[in-house]
Parts: sequence; C-alpha cells; structure tokens
Amino acid sequence: MSLFVNGAQVPAPTDPRVSLLDHLREGLHLTGTKKGCNQGACGACTVLVDGERILSCLALAVQFDGRQITTIEGLASEEGLHPLQAAFIEHDGFQCGYCTPGQICSAIGMAAEAQRGVPSHVTDDLGGTITLTREEIQERMSGNLCRCGAHNGIVEAIQAVLVEGVPA
Amino acid sequence: MNPFQYARADDAADALRRGAISGAAYLGGGTNLVDLMRETIARPDQLIDVTGLPATIAETDDGGLLIDAAVRNTALAEHPAVRMRYPVLSRAILAGASAQIRNMATVGGNLLQRTRCTYFYDAEGARCNKRTPGSGCDAREGFNRIHAVLGASDACVATHPSDMCVALAALDATVHVDGAEGQRTIPFADLHRLPGDQPDRDTVLRDGELITAIALPALPTGARSAYRKVRDRASYAFALVSVAAVLQLEGDRVVDVRIAFGGVAHKPWRATKAEAALRGQTITQQVVLDAAAAEFAEARPLRDNAFKPALVARTLAAVLTDLARGEAA
Repeated sequence: MSLFVNGAQVPAPTDPRVSLLDHLREGLHLTGTKKGCNQGACGACTVLVDGERILSCLALAVQFDGRQITTIEGLASEEGLHPLQAAFIEHDGFQCGYCTPGQICSAIGMAAEAQRGVPSHVTDDLGGTITLTREEIQERMSGNLCRCGAHNGIVEAIQAVLVEGVPA
Repeated sequence: MNPFQYARADDAADALRRGAISGAAYLGGGTNLVDLMRETIARPDQLIDVTGLPATIAETDDGGLLIDAAVRNTALAEHPAVRMRYPVLSRAILAGASAQIRNMATVGGNLLQRTRCTYFYDAEGARCNKRTPGSGCDAREGFNRIHAVLGASDACVATHPSDMCVALAALDATVHVDGAEGQRTIPFADLHRLPGDQPDRDTVLRDGELITAIALPALPTGARSAYRKVRDRASYAFALVSVAAVLQLEGDRVVDVRIAFGGVAHKPWRATKAEAALRGQTITQQVVLDAAAAEFAEARPLRDNAFKPALVARTLAAVLTDLARGEAA
C-alpha cells in the first residue's frame, strides 16, 4: 500500500489510526501542511488529492492508497514560486503564515471547482458559468480561517492570480 | 483514538459481510466519524471503508434520480440534473460545511452523521445521554441556543446538523438500505428518530445495515423549490434554523407544498401541519405565518432558543413568497 506525495511514491502508515495530516508531518517530515484545530474547523491542513481540496486532519492515510497528494511543498518549480505563493507575498496575504499553506492549496482546488462550474452558496444562477467575484472567493474560501485577519490580502492575492491573471 | 482494523470494501456484499461483525462501522468521507473517533466518543474496532462502492447518479424510469451512497456531496450539488430539477438540494448542500468537507463527505455519510450538540462532544466536562445513556443532559439547563424546540425529550434536545437532509425530507426521498435481513426502502422522513428515551439511536437502521442509495422522485410539473439557511455567521456554520420548500401553484393557489425545517429538532422536521394549512391557499405573509404557527403549536423552547419558532416562520414566509413570485433558486 502506498501513496504518491508531490509525485514521489511513499508508503502508507502501518497503523490505520494515523491521519493523512500526521503521516505527512510526522511520517514524511513534510511539515508545510499545518495542524490547526485537528477537528475540521480551520482549514490549515488543506491538501489536494487528485486535484481536489480536502482536510487532511479528518482523513485516514490508509484511505488514500494509490492517490496523488499535493502539499505546499509540491507547488514551487525550478523556475520559482507558484504564482499564488508569489501573490500572497505581494498582497500581504499572511502575517504569521500558519494558515498560508492551507489557504494556497485551497485556492488551487477552488480554481478547479470554479472552472468546471461548481456553484457556491452565493452563486445566483445554478445553471450559469462561475465568475470569481470577491463575494464568490470569500464564500468559497470560508473553510480556511486566518486568525491574523489577513483575509483581505488573501482575497486580493487570489483575485490577482485567478481573475486578473497577473503573472506574479 | 482507540485501535481498530481497517478494510476497504470491494462492493456492497463485501461491505455487508464485514459489517455484520459487532463493533464494526462503515467509513465514508470520515468528516464526522474520524472526528468522533479521535475524541473516543465513537470507538469502532473494525472500520469498513465504503468509499470505493459505486458512486453514480442515474435517471430512473419514473423521471427521478437514483443517487449512490458513495457519491460525494460536491458531486451531487454540481450535477446538472440536480441543479436544474432539484435546486433545493443543490442549494442545501452548498449551504453546508466548507468546500473541503463537501469534497470528502459522502451522501450516505451525511445522512448518518450524528445528531449532536457541543455537550455531546464534551466527553470530559458534560453529561450527555446520547454519548453515555442514562448519564443526564447538561444542555437542557445549559447554553441551548442551537437546540431543539420540537420533538425533544427530557433525555435529549440536540439537533440534526445536516442541510442536505432537510432538502431530502422536503423532496420525499427514499433511502435504499441493505443488510442481513435483505434489502428494504425507508421513506426519508422515517430514517431519523426523535430522541425519546433512546437518544443514543439517531436512525432506525439495524445493526450492520448499509445505506446503498437515495431515490428522488420526479417533482410535479411546474414545481419550484428553494432552501434558505439562517446562521450566526455568513458561511461555514451550522444552521440556527433552515427551511426547504417545494411549491406547486395553480394560478395563485397552492396545489402542493412540501416543507422541511432544519435546526429545530433531533431530525429534519417535515412540517406536515404547515403544509396542510397552506394547501388551497394563496401565499401571503400572514397565511404563511399562520401555517408556521400551526406547526409550532407544540413547540417547547428552552432558555436560549425561544427565538426559533418566529425565525422559522419569517424564513418560511420569505421562501414561499419568493417561490410564489418565481424569484427563488
């Protein structure tokens, strides 16, 4: 049984009690993914599984046999930071930085959802295409809390990359 | 977390065989069960992962939909047929939890999340008859703003937190289950229990039974549906109250109306008295408020939640007047 984390094949834990979050941090020493509440309330542990954003604290690692996990460590390339990483710096999208890996993974997942037309609670027309307005981004990112209160910068960073397409 | 053995079920028969063992539990997205296990409130010693079971949404011969239990909440909310024909269901799902949790959670798991309150979770600090039968209920005399006003008992005043289930109650869904005694179907409104003197039991499912699918009947021609949720913050919070409604008019008269409330009871509350009061009527603010009053005639508010009947009534009036004008969803 094995998982693929940022493209590398890694073993699953032998104890089925180990969450995906603890496996990433303690087992694989990928400490970019953060443990906030450890009960599904804060979003700090958000990672991408086959491109979909999930909470790794509520996931048992053994459930992800053969799946592709992407963490914050897997986003930058040899050319530099992921555009969202650069935009968070440019737009002051963090203060302490603890929620940032989850925010950025969540925003990448959100972009894919919006692109395939998944509506949100604030979408007027359930049958229409999605425009990532400020209100839409705020609603779609509501599962990621920032106790420093950097939400305005976070939304601006996401808008800059996903809406305005500004290369960061 | 207590030790357990993990197995991934190949199909429903495999899941049922493994689930027949005492102490076994089925695992969907884990968004409630894993959390409860971490708090050692749930202590299964066998976990049977059923996320690999079929996850399709299929058209049925009667014009409805058959939704496999392993379908993820996001997949159901975004399905074109659900968005087009059952907007109340899309809207309810999208009003619940966060995007990450909706991506994980399965339909079957959403139905089987625990009816609960904060005292249920406080294993070290609070008495709870749902967690430990016979221990008492600290919510009844405690902070009970989110608690039930209808159908509660001395033993338990918790509410069922699902938004999706409120829509399914209004849609007259049917739950397909499989178990040692064979397959059966349960009308959605009968799946969840009122607490009575057994608040540790949330549903009528028997030991080892597995939800395999949810069937949605076709809605009457011209029926409109909507969901509205009222909560303490704009997103990512449980409902204080919510309303799901399906309305069919002929001219301006109500031919058929189906209403369910969230946040008011131990189960999604099908408002049959309000429905009866509304049939044949023309929707006005006062007509709806009177119908809601009929539903809440036997409400038993607690110290902090006496606002709920009036809040539901106003929310229902807003939903139905919007639907009657063709403005909602």
